[in-house]
Amino acid sequence: MSTANAATGRIDAQEVRIDYYPTHEIAGFRLRPGKPFPFGATLVPGGVNFSIFSSHAVSCTLVLFEKGAQEPLVEIPFPDSFRIGHVWSMMVFDLDCETIEYGYRMDGPFDPADGQRFDKGKILLDPYAKAVGGRDVWGTPPDWDNLFPYRGRLVFEDFDWENDRPLEIPIEDLIIYEMHVRSFTRHASAGVKHPGTFAALRDKIPYIRELGVNCVELMPVYEFDEFENSRRHPDSGEMLYNYWGYSTVNFFAPKAGFAATGRLGMQVDELKTLVKELHKNGIEVILDVVFNHTAEGDERGPTFSFRGIDNKTYYMLTPEGYYYNFSGCGNTLNCNNPIVRSIVLDCLRYWAAEYHIDGFRFDLAAILGRDPWGAPLSNPPLLESLAFDPVLGKCKLIAEAWDAGGLYQVGSFPAFGRWAEWNGKYRDDLRCFLKGDPGKVGALAQRIQGSPDLYGWNGRGPTASINFITCHDGFTLYDLFAYNEKHNQANGENNNDGGNDNDSWNCGWEGETDTPGINSLRMRLVRNAWAILMVSHGIPMVLMGDELGRTQRGNNNTYCQDNDLNWLDWRLADKNAGLLRFARNMIAFRKAHAGLRNRYHLSNRDYVGSGYSDISWHGEKAWNADWSGESRMLAFMLCGRHAKSGTVCDDYIYVAMNSHWETQYFEIPMPVPGSGKWHVAVNTGMPSPEDIFEPGSEPELGDQGHFLVQAYSVVVLVAR
Amino acid sequence: MAIETKLDGANVIATVSGDIDGKSAPQVQSELLAALQAGNRLLVDMRGVVYLSSAGLRMLLLLYRQVAARKGKVVLVGVSEEIRDTMSMTGFINFFTLADSQEAGLSALA
Repeated sequence: MSTANAATGRIDAQEVRIDYYPTHEIAGFRLRPGKPFPFGATLVPGGVNFSIFSSHAVSCTLVLFEKGAQEPLVEIPFPDSFRIGHVWSMMVFDLDCETIEYGYRMDGPFDPADGQRFDKGKILLDPYAKAVGGRDVWGTPPDWDNLFPYRGRLVFEDFDWENDRPLEIPIEDLIIYEMHVRSFTRHASAGVKHPGTFAALRDKIPYIRELGVNCVELMPVYEFDEFENSRRHPDSGEMLYNYWGYSTVNFFAPKAGFAATGRLGMQVDELKTLVKELHKNGIEVILDVVFNHTAEGDERGPTFSFRGIDNKTYYMLTPEGYYYNFSGCGNTLNCNNPIVRSIVLDCLRYWAAEYHIDGFRFDLAAILGRDPWGAPLSNPPLLESLAFDPVLGKCKLIAEAWDAGGLYQVGSFPAFGRWAEWNGKYRDDLRCFLKGDPGKVGALAQRIQGSPDLYGWNGRGPTASINFITCHDGFTLYDLFAYNEKHNQANGENNNDGGNDNDSWNCGWEGETDTPGINSLRMRLVRNAWAILMVSHGIPMVLMGDELGRTQRGNNNTYCQDNDLNWLDWRLADKNAGLLRFARNMIAFRKAHAGLRNRYHLSNRDYVGSGYSDISWHGEKAWNADWSGESRMLAFMLCGRHAKSGTVCDDYIYVAMNSHWETQYFEIPMPVPGSGKWHVAVNTGMPSPEDIFEPGSEPELGDQGHFLVQAYSVVVLVAR
Repeated sequence: MAIETKLDGANVIATVSGDIDGKSAPQVQSELLAALQAGNRLLVDMRGVVYLSSAGLRMLLLLYRQVAARKGKVVLVGVSEEIRDTMSMTGFINFFTLADSQEAGLSALA
């Protein structure tokens, strides 16, 4: 036993291991050749092991600072004998791990035409840094003259997880809640001690649990700089930030400004504590990861890390040495370069192993399938590596299967049997059907079944489809039915930013109105969206606040708004209590019915001998759906005997969807004799609380043969 | 940082004041470990602790683990609201019994 000191790692390690003693001394610091693995800065007994690689640098210097200091504490050039291959590594002893900040200087050629942009005048952030100092408290104006704005910090990787591990909820049972950490609790109405932080999110876990979702998908929580391209709105003077955070400074470090303890450098512990607590409540954590570009922008952008360390390796460059821009953000990470592939893999393994993260959603993931010159690969090695990685073996892998360079791979993303996709077609088709477009029932039938047209031919199944109607990009669910057009003036770009293909409908008036008929129609359409989403095969994802009727006042691209356009107003829980109740019960309905959560596509035939096919289609007449081009209504029945491929017995479920402006009389198919009678679970045509009934308390239907479905309404029946 | 330890029956009572950070935590740790040779019930009076850093929290958790392994108990007395808050947000608080006064702390140890 050594007299190990947990606090500093300072022990008489030299007596314990023969490779932890100093052999050199430079500028008064005791050191020795380090270990190339692992990359980054790692606490070792008595010191810190620093390791960094660059394929093209000719020399490297470690620069140490006291926390926050302008001038370095010391600069230690790596003796050439400390280099193995392209990796420089060094152990430095007797450092105070809590107060040291570190960076590197890299020397090498500056020849942009050849892709080389070394500048030894810059002090660079380690791409493998596990924590970053410099933006410790959200919104604190930075010192723009700081030569070293983002600083590597050392972290104790000793979190006590006790018995926690990722939950491994079967993906078909997942209900995802997409959220922004700061937006969730920043509003004064949240009533939390530390608004806008991981800690505050933890305080709100009871709300998430009561809503019933079992997975939160966090918009970027990697270190990003809210001040990147920050500016004042030309008219209002409002400060506009890089608020959403889709622009990474460092892939391994949690955003310090999202932690109430960020100013104490304890963001790692705070985020891990949040994950542990979410897990205790049966809630998984998916991170939105942005491996398509970095915050360094193009050749006009700042050089603070990747560009100065190994430009030619990290970025996709044109033959002239400029930056390809498939991300729409200035540069493109060179993901299928073998070295960058490794860093992506190392990073995700780190989050899965160290933070117990349950899954990842990859922003603009189509980029990850492009070769170093931008051409789409048929068998992208990065995607394959991720799919077969042992540490990531049980993680959910979700692709946003398109990019800003025009590659659209919904249905054809290289899946390797693992990848799910944000199903953009689900969003588009559902929006069109909900607002009453004709000619959409055929597509609706595909979407409800988990899009077999997209994921059937390749054997991927409904679990490949992340079904959503709204996400952070675009309108909120309420705004989808309150605005025909985007209203992005607050972003200061003359309303030119944000998509124009919203497939939205304002129900007769653009924006807020006192007209009761319009308001009730909007709330009914919102309920219809919730209802269809929760009875669809595939994995439902809802956007934070859509259970409360959250509005962004018609802004469909609030990426820069640190205000109530993004902040969730918790008072809506009173104002729209009926909607919240509806959403909770709709989620409960999905959870109560295994027949909605099949792992394999429905076959439209009877393979268990129940007399009914697993799914059957209906209309005004039972067994007779109207597939015509003018149709705006469709009904289907799920046979309870076919639940989970016939291995589980569930209730029969009948769903009638009417997006016509007129009330429709639906003939209801009879369930198989002995399966019970129809009960009304949902009728969005009724006012709250008659719009939905808790599972088990559904009233029996009087006329078992027919149902009058109101205009723009969804009805769900269960037979038991 | 200043630290005093005394033995009260089977209880080790330590009074710490000032900052516990990466620089002072090793000393606190070694003094407490030495005092714990005499007993496995530890009361740390922290009313005088102004600042407890990440390294300080880890030192306390390591002490807790060692004491728990010997079927003992650790009680922290008079932890300031700010430190308590930090301990809560970073999960450390779950491992400790907290008390407002030495008397309450001693009865929690019993």
